[in-house]
Amino acid sequence: MSATDSSLLRPGLLGRATVNVVVTVSVLYTLLPVLWLVLASTKTRDALFSSDLLSLSDFSFLRNLDDLFAMDGGLYGRWYVNSLLYAVLGAALGALISVACGYAFDKYRFRHKEKLFGLVLAAVMVPQTVLALPLYLMASEAGLVNTFWAVFIPVLFNPFGVYLGRIFARGYVPDEVLEAARVDGAGELTTYVRVALRMLGPGLITVFLFQLTAIWNNFFLPMVMLSDQDLYPVSLGLYQWNSSASVSPEYYPVVIMGSLLAVLPLILAFVLLQRFWRSGLTAGAVK
Amino acid sequence: MTTTTHSRVPAGAARAAAPQPSASGVRARRAARRRRLGACGVLMTPFFALLVTVFLIPVGTAVHLSFFSDDQPGLGFGPERQVFVGLRSYAAVLTDPTFLGGLGTVALYCLIYIPLMVVGALALALMLDSGVVRLRAFAQLGLFLPHAVPGIIAALIWLYLYTPGISPVIELFAKGDITIDFLGVHTVVPSIVNIALWSNLGYNMVVFYAALQAVPREVIEASVVDGAGPVRAALQVKTPLVRASIVMVSIFTLIWALQLFTEPMLLSQSSPMISSRFSPSMYIYDAAFTRNNYGLAAAASVVLLVCTIALSYGVTRFTSRADSEEAR
Repeated sequence: MSATDSSLLRPGLLGRATVNVVVTVSVLYTLLPVLWLVLASTKTRDALFSSDLLSLSDFSFLRNLDDLFAMDGGLYGRWYVNSLLYAVLGAALGALISVACGYAFDKYRFRHKEKLFGLVLAAVMVPQTVLALPLYLMASEAGLVNTFWAVFIPVLFNPFGVYLGRIFARGYVPDEVLEAARVDGAGELTTYVRVALRMLGPGLITVFLFQLTAIWNNFFLPMVMLSDQDLYPVSLGLYQWNSSASVSPEYYPVVIMGSLLAVLPLILAFVLLQRFWRSGLTAGAVK
Repeated sequence: MTTTTHSRVPAGAARAAAPQPSASGVRARRAARRRRLGACGVLMTPFFALLVTVFLIPVGTAVHLSFFSDDQPGLGFGPERQVFVGLRSYAAVLTDPTFLGGLGTVALYCLIYIPLMVVGALALALMLDSGVVRLRAFAQLGLFLPHAVPGIIAALIWLYLYTPGISPVIELFAKGDITIDFLGVHTVVPSIVNIALWSNLGYNMVVFYAALQAVPREVIEASVVDGAGPVRAALQVKTPLVRASIVMVSIFTLIWALQLFTEPMLLSQSSPMISSRFSPSMYIYDAAFTRNNYGLAAAASVVLLVCTIALSYGVTRFTSRADSEEAR
């Protein structure tokens, strides 16, 4: 491709300016609310209501942080640990389960396979709110309502992860490798654990990240299942504190600071694992 | 005689010998196949155990519950028993103005949200793909950032930005002598659309961008040779090539939009415009856990489920028909 060809594809000066303006405005739209959250977290309650965001006279970031962890006997710290447990353990275990199933869908042949896969895809479509009441009734029958497991077990289920796992298995694990392992006399499961799982690494991390985000965001299921505040994840806890804020405004700075801290783990995960999820998105999108 | 025996012996031996290795071969192949199916079973069992317990049984339970009702004979003192009520719960749901109102709200929400989301994300992806955007990596990261913000926190941030007294946005408008109530009768749905758009625009943009990156450069070069300008190349060459992604994003956006719950639930703490049955999902929650009417909640769940499946199927059919027409 010569230089003239590529310059033909480039829009003219006016087009270029328009494109840059539109993208800049969009980036401001996505960034400014987060910036507001950061600035608001440094304000005392009174400064928050005076809307003087840029003045540094009422800087109370550290005090707000102290207040956050002292509020209601340190509930926030508990919620944070709970969220980490639900999300990190749930996503790790869930990703392993989904990817193993997706791999089996790609590498083995059996009767009615595509029908079964259709069932998995159909499960992607079903709204969580539809499942909530029956899940609650089942959990209450099993005596699991208001326990860690009532939230932890349902979030392991990730049919979209199976779909991704199948695509990744097709893309990353050549059938020849499995044939070679079989000729060498390696068992099927040993081959999966020792050979295939390594090749599936980036895919596994992508599914893990998808599920981590989903569980960290989860709000409906904990709201249905949990009544003990000590078991709440951050999302539900902040929801509750915010509902108290209209009566007792001392909750406002705490809710804002708590929101800021709740954003950090996912940002950290996305930045650290950037290399993997980018390739994963491509696989999921191009199909 | 000798010749026949001679010829017979090796033939017999061959006949006797030949099935033997093939029999063991069949057996070995069967054993291998059984081993493989066994491994396949082991790899699939955990997922399908989950599928049965947290998906199939709950869906079945919801359908079952929707046809039954708790009947308490003797002024509620006798033992509770379930009685078959047929379609009574469905009739109750479908004639309940608050449920129909919720469906209408979600329909309006989808009509505003989905086109804005798909067109906006695609337009941004095409612009970033055109190669003229400065600081492209930074722009992408900035647009993607809200995806890392949990839904309830996105709703919290925007709730504060919609609240007079706290919001710098409202203050800015006030300086220009414009009073704006983001949570009024006509603004509440657009305000919720804005939260969802803010949360998901960047994520879908990255999906489209990834698909655009996979478009072979020769195709675009060929269109340039044919005299297509940058805008025409984007709309008539690149866009049709990422149809699969457009369909996928549309369906996922639709499924999520129909479940609308988190944002209105949070906003309802501060806005009298949002009732406890604002959307079908909120209706289900309210029926099940506030009114304890399981039959009603289950019937509403099944209606929502049927709507979701029908609409997703409709989108798939519509796009595949458009595909085959294009092929013609």
